[in-house]
Amino acid sequence: MNGIINLGFYQVAAAYIFVIIVLVIIRQRGISREKEIVIASFRMTLQLVLVGYILVYVFDNPSPFITAAIVTVMEAFAVYTIFGKFRGSLSRGLKRVIALATGTGTLLCLLFFLFAIVRVNPWYNPQYFIPIAGMLIGNSMTAVSLAVKSLTDGMTTQKQLVEEALVLGATPQMATRGILNSTFDAAIMPTINSMIGMGIVFLPGMMTGQILAGAAPTTAIAYQIAIMLGILGAVALTVILTLQMGYRTFFNKEEQLAAGKAD
Amino acid sequence: MSEAAGFEFIGVKYIHILDIPSLTIRPGIITSVLGPSGSGKTSLLRLLNKMASPTSGRIIYNGTDLAGARPVEHRRRVVMMSQSPVIFEGSVRDNLTAGLMFQQKEIPGEGILRNVCEQVKLAQPLDSPSGNLSGGEKQRLALGRIILLDPDVYLLDEPASGLDDETAGCIFDMLSEKIRSQNKTLVMVTHSRTVARRISDELVHITRGMAVSGAVR
Repeated sequence: MNGIINLGFYQVAAAYIFVIIVLVIIRQRGISREKEIVIASFRMTLQLVLVGYILVYVFDNPSPFITAAIVTVMEAFAVYTIFGKFRGSLSRGLKRVIALATGTGTLLCLLFFLFAIVRVNPWYNPQYFIPIAGMLIGNSMTAVSLAVKSLTDGMTTQKQLVEEALVLGATPQMATRGILNSTFDAAIMPTINSMIGMGIVFLPGMMTGQILAGAAPTTAIAYQIAIMLGILGAVALTVILTLQMGYRTFFNKEEQLAAGKAD
Repeated sequence: MSEAAGFEFIGVKYIHILDIPSLTIRPGIITSVLGPSGSGKTSLLRLLNKMASPTSGRIIYNGTDLAGARPVEHRRRVVMMSQSPVIFEGSVRDNLTAGLMFQQKEIPGEGILRNVCEQVKLAQPLDSPSGNLSGGEKQRLALGRIILLDPDVYLLDEPASGLDDETAGCIFDMLSEKIRSQNKTLVMVTHSRTVARRISDELVHITRGMAVSGAVR
């Protein structure tokens, strides 16, 4: 197996030609997204350069505290990214649920993945801990965002159905069952679709990275299968926790819709 | 036969909508709630089945403060039909049995379901889609699903608003007979004084959130 071809400064810089091509095309077509594309490209570059240097330091100086701190920052960033997508429209209760569900769901799956499946040694080995945490937390963040969007939309558009069910003696859980089921579908579908297309439509990023780094395809595949199942578990668990705790935030202690209408 | 259920309001205020120092809704009779639009009639019904809670004051149900009652259990005894009842996706049968499903009660046989449809003058087959029903038919379907629940107290919000006079008359006669023969309580919001006087034992007039009760003259 050949070793990896290192990309030099000019080779990486040449990749920015893609950005320039996109900018030229969208300008010609009158699509005003130049600013967003430039900012996104700049942010991506800056973030990855910083992360690269941080990881070099962390890998050279492995410590349980640093590993724990980085995972905590990742969790916090994921939670604040979800909050940011909804720009102040989330209740305090729902924000607490998002934080709790994202933290609990991803950490449980991460610990199981590292200790029961990969069996890392030492337990805080940052070379495994950080990239795997990134994949589980990143995918769960996207899924929770979709779940929260679908849940809040459903509770708004189907408010009358929920009210009618409550009036007929349904518990809040029964009254929201339809919304919760469709929300779970909406949140987990991208993960399922990516699993279905994997290996045929595209080669996943982690597997591609390992192969480029010189790992045998069979090793890369074993990791990819395990990580995809881990992602499925983390996504499903965080979404289920979000929904199970989240629907309650729309009801008060008297099991009435929190913003009930009057007359 | 179980004892009928009634309500007593003591110094009840509900946000800026209702202010009821004292009101008794007697058990085992039909009470009609009258008043102009926006006066708080629907809010009164919602307070009775705990879809809303008083801002201050107490509502006593069968001698017990409603504040301490479990909301879902209470709503299963005191069932409300909204002015524009929501019809769920599915067939007439699905909608008739929706309340029973929510309350985890046994679904009765075909004969009982058909009988309820006859009581509410609904001619559609049980397996026909509910989406094709007219406004009046949906209202009767919603009434049918409440009758199937056999609650202690019926709360009906403008039950005749989508019905012609003849159908409304038949349904009110049926309801009146049911309330009196089965010792139930019915509280009904209506804008029609004629309907209210025809079947009610007592009237409650609400004007700008203040309620006054009186016998039907």
